[in-house]
Amino acid sequence: MAETSPKPARYVETLIGAVLLVITAGFIFFMIAKTVLPGLVPVAEQGAELAKPSDLIFYLMAGLAMVSAAGVAFSRNIIYSSLALLGTLLGAGGLYVFLNADYVAISQLLIYIGGVLVLILFAVMLTSKISDQKHSNPSVGIMPGLVLLAALLGVLGYVATRSPWLTAGALFDAPQTSATIGDLFLREYLLPFEVSSLVLLATLIGAVVIARKEIKE
Amino acid sequence: MGPPGLPHYLIVGAVLFALGTYTVITRTNAVGILMGVELILNAANVNFVAFQRFNPMPLLTGQVFALFVIVLAAAEAAIALAIVLAIYMNMKSIDVSQAASLKD
Repeated sequence: MAETSPKPARYVETLIGAVLLVITAGFIFFMIAKTVLPGLVPVAEQGAELAKPSDLIFYLMAGLAMVSAAGVAFSRNIIYSSLALLGTLLGAGGLYVFLNADYVAISQLLIYIGGVLVLILFAVMLTSKISDQKHSNPSVGIMPGLVLLAALLGVLGYVATRSPWLTAGALFDAPQTSATIGDLFLREYLLPFEVSSLVLLATLIGAVVIARKEIKE
Repeated sequence: MGPPGLPHYLIVGAVLFALGTYTVITRTNAVGILMGVELILNAANVNFVAFQRFNPMPLLTGQVFALFVIVLAAAEAAIALAIVLAIYMNMKSIDVSQAASLKD
């Protein structure tokens, strides 16, 4: 009896997940059919202030980033946490594209997803007892954490939405982002640029020295 | 809903920051804490680039600062994971509540 009891629970979980997935997919399709597709026709005639497909992609990217961040925070298995981190980094990279920061977006893709995430996955595979879910991603102090989470969300959300931000009326579009950033790096920010290269060199050597196995003679 | 403005991006940053703080506080796995730190750094980056985009002055300084943050995050991740591996080799565990001593 004890051996068979986990099976129905798992079955129910899968069923609930499938039902939720179907409902979510139906809702998304319904929203696209209801709000986006009628909005596409007048956009060609009238222009702004209507639901554009690019707006929908923005909300998809922002939603991907935030939902994956919740996955990182609440997942019980650390493998799922690290894979959810991929969604967060991808969503943030998509937001950079929306903000006309193509160079930052590419750097995010190359350094974060290609470098940091792979490094984190390596560390996960090398260290934790992955198969044991209870030991994989233990968490303590959930109640204070939740209280702090709610407080931070409230305060930061209030500041973000209620502050009278002094924003530009007509947005400034840099014609060549990479060229301008290169100029800034080699003129105004030359010292921080060189210092950061020194930091990377020190990191390289330091990581090798720390992680190597000590040779006992 | 509507065309995304500055508050939309700031809300994304706020959510990422809050969830990152929650992750850092509640995890006892060192790699999990590191993931929370990455979330916090990404929240800061989103805010930097968003403020740069909606700045009335035509400057790209926000993007430059975001690039510095990315570089330092990569360095931090490499060093932190090296330390985690060293701790794991010594103590066979990366639970931060057990790694209470600096030397055996």
